[in-house]
Amino acid sequence: MRHDHITSAKQLSREDILTVLDRASEIAADPESVSKKYQGSLLGLLFFEPSTRTKMSFSAAMKRLGGDIVDMGPVDHSSVKKGESLADTARVVEGYADALVMRHPSEGSAQMASEFVDVPLINAGDGAGQHPTQTLLDLYTIRENAGLDDLTIGIMGDLKYGRTVHSLAHALTNFETRQHFISPETLKLPRSVRYDLHDGGTEIKTHTNIEGILPELDVLYVTRIQEERFPDKSEYREVAGQYQIDAELLAQASDDLTVMHPLPRVDEIATDVDKTEHATYFEQAHNGVPVRMALLDLLLGETNE
Amino acid sequence: MSEQELRVSKIENGTVIDHIAGGQALNVLAILDIDGSRGEVVSVGINVPSDRLGRKDVVKVEDRELSQSEVDVLSLIAPAATINIIRDYEVTEKHRVERPGAVTGVLNCANPNCITNENEPVASSFAVLDDGVRCIYCDTIIRDNIAQHIGGT
Ligand SMILES: [Zn+2]
Repeated sequence: MRHDHITSAKQLSREDILTVLDRASEIAADPESVSKKYQGSLLGLLFFEPSTRTKMSFSAAMKRLGGDIVDMGPVDHSSVKKGESLADTARVVEGYADALVMRHPSEGSAQMASEFVDVPLINAGDGAGQHPTQTLLDLYTIRENAGLDDLTIGIMGDLKYGRTVHSLAHALTNFETRQHFISPETLKLPRSVRYDLHDGGTEIKTHTNIEGILPELDVLYVTRIQEERFPDKSEYREVAGQYQIDAELLAQASDDLTVMHPLPRVDEIATDVDKTEHATYFEQAHNGVPVRMALLDLLLGETNE
Repeated sequence: MSEQELRVSKIENGTVIDHIAGGQALNVLAILDIDGSRGEVVSVGINVPSDRLGRKDVVKVEDRELSQSEVDVLSLIAPAATINIIRDYEVTEKHRVERPGAVTGVLNCANPNCITNENEPVASSFAVLDDGVRCIYCDTIIRDNIAQHIGGT
């Protein structure tokens, strides 16, 4: 990989993606081989908004590579609270670590911060923008369970605001996929994302309900429809109810259907799905560690050599 | 000297923007942030007959020569425009506006949550698409009313 920073899944070519996934597979198969590789290396964590899970996953990945973390801590206690610009914060903390992981509430923040630092910077979420390591772990999970080429995937729920969806849909244009988007009219894919998918030559179909398309799917990727998107609560309950799945509904699906979710879920996947062969969302979350280990290895390894 | 040339060369020093699509002259002025408040002499021709465009607008600004970035962004709303730099009543430079690959520091991102709209030491920057512009930071696409987003930092 020739990238200094990982700010968007869009920057990743098919070859880049496969390089990360292959490395992740090797690491998952033999974690001992890298368990001391980055002794003495430090990963800086800059989380400008809380995300316990992503932060834990990156911390686990760095520690399983033999390295350690330095954490900016919550924003309340930092210089940011005193009005320091993100550009300044980034320039200061790059001196503390060999690579940085950043989450920030503004779109484009990771791209901007990366322009001010020389150590590799990984975007762990910029507002409603990109979250490339989530995309990589999604792709890894899809490859392990269904394969990335000749894939029929359904992506359901909040397609308008869900950044994981935008990133994943875009990354899948590198592969031979048929993408089905299932959402209420008010939460369909934004124009900029549709623009890119058309650009990538991907076959896209949109649906307002899951039933018709469900039997054709190899993968169903479910996301949460958030209550705050609807000013009218009764409208929310009516709409959200149509985008929930349970074991009974999945009886109409192929036996091999892989059901994924970026988690946390609330009620969009009923708990009775957990014990079916379809449920893959916990495995998906666990895959975050080897995938992030692989990415850190590729980024840090390049600067070490 | 034809009537056309007369129109173009009448000012002593400044810029004549010719062949603006009919009706876009006021947006051109908005992009250039010209409202006469600094005392500059501005002449605007709207719906002037034109062989090439049928109807065109013409803007003449005295004592001001347009920078390249100003010219670039004009191409987004007036793609056929020609820029004539006038010194001493003579056209000393004449160029067509060309669609730039990117426009930096001229437009404000339409996304209020974009990092370029915060107090950071970074200029807005847009990739130019066939039918609009796209923020290189947050991916927001602006297609309509590009003139409304003029401001830049
Ligand atoms: Zn933007």
